[in-house]
Amino acid sequence: MNVARYILQNHTQVLDLTWEHLWLVGFSTIFAMLIGIPLGILIAHRARFSKPVLAGANIIQTIPSLALFGFLLPVPWLGDRADRLAILALTLYALLPIIRNTYTGIKGVDPAVLEAGRGMGLTESQLLFQVELPLSVSVILSGVRVAVVISVGLATIAAAIGAGGLGEFIFRGLAMVDNRVILAGAIPAAVLALAADLAIGWLENRLRPS
Amino acid sequence: MARLSLAEPRFANPSVLLDTQRNFERLAISGILGAMPAAANNAPAIEFRNVSYDAGGREILASLNLEIARGETLILLGRSGSGKTTTLKLVNRLLEPSSGEILVNGVSNDVDIIHLRRGMGYVIQDVGLFPHLNVERNIGLVPKIEGWSAERIRARVQEMLQLVGLAPDIASRYPHQLSGGQRQRVGVARALAANPAILLMDEPFGALDPLTRDELQREFSALQRRLRKTVVFVTHDLREALRLGTRIALMESGKLISVASPADFLRSADPLVSAYVRAFGDGLESALDRSNYDRGTS
Repeated sequence: MNVARYILQNHTQVLDLTWEHLWLVGFSTIFAMLIGIPLGILIAHRARFSKPVLAGANIIQTIPSLALFGFLLPVPWLGDRADRLAILALTLYALLPIIRNTYTGIKGVDPAVLEAGRGMGLTESQLLFQVELPLSVSVILSGVRVAVVISVGLATIAAAIGAGGLGEFIFRGLAMVDNRVILAGAIPAAVLALAADLAIGWLENRLRPS
Repeated sequence: MARLSLAEPRFANPSVLLDTQRNFERLAISGILGAMPAAANNAPAIEFRNVSYDAGGREILASLNLEIARGETLILLGRSGSGKTTTLKLVNRLLEPSSGEILVNGVSNDVDIIHLRRGMGYVIQDVGLFPHLNVERNIGLVPKIEGWSAERIRARVQEMLQLVGLAPDIASRYPHQLSGGQRQRVGVARALAANPAILLMDEPFGALDPLTRDELQREFSALQRRLRKTVVFVTHDLREALRLGTRIALMESGKLISVASPADFLRSADPLVSAYVRAFGDGLESALDRSNYDRGTS
């Protein structure tokens, strides 16, 4: 109950940091989708790119997040502001699930459907936008969902480089050895992750082809 | 372009030819189903000239020469791997020949592939209906892409459903709500929707149960009698070939063995043909009789 009281007492700060957190996660997810979905489409159609691209995304995923933040710090324009840096790092981490699911989704389209479509005289872009993407949209969204849940967790670490977000509470609580403060960051972060998971899951179901 | 005018000397300017083709399509679309547009020229509907196809250094098809006349149903018969599906896919350029030339209505078929394909119906064994679109939108897809009005598409879809023996209310259903036979009927309706002069069919009835297959064969035969499309039909089933074909082309390891009418096919002395006939055992004449019965000539 102490935690609840602490959160209530500091509710403006909790809300501010939650907003910052959402902002970091939201922007990075949008960037990751803008890069990851076209890349996923590309490697689903050009087999020779699939291994290097997926390997690259995998390698990024293995870099410890604190180390990645550290590596990016000296980069000129990026290092100027912590939130730019945090968004870039989060974008990089979100790429793998989005690329992989886009690839899997498009690869999963029944070859007979593609052959029929091609044989009927659909152009490659008509096939992509009218057949492949509508049929793989739910798989792509489930990749986005994984990416968002991972990002909400990772974004807490961004506080270590001063990018703000709910990690502020967590790092502060660790320094103060005060569990209430840690939880004031951790609980909203968990709620955010759950809410995003449910919302995108709902969307995924709505868009799943019958 | 040079090749184009070579192939059809009467049309020196290729764009004239394309316009003529479009006009015919417009005519065909606006006209009643039974009345096919007059041939643009006397060239066969499809002609293979010395066509070969290699894949990964292996020869799948060796110097094929074959003419398919307008309005005939040519059956490509042969065992698995004999090259019959390859032959079919070369017609609508799902595969590119390694050498040789394929002419459609006297014109090389590498001019405008998308336009070429929209002028041909394509039906495959797995049907390949778009699972995210209902029956109406499946059938109406090519007309829609071709810019038909919504009103006209709706009317055409109903006409097609009736043509293939489906109830009008099926239009709003999704492919997964249909039986195998219904799906294949929708596949045929979809292939016919933009009123193509040529129909390519790759074992369309192969995955159906015997009763449904029999039904669809009978109906297809009746349909073809009315529509007089140029049909290229791939099958390994000799009975189906005898029943539906006006001519049967037997293929074996990438080579065309013989082309004959169903009756001549049964009497052929060619060792490979008679081996194929023997493999199907006795009673093949009944398939021929059936064909006559379907056509109402017995």
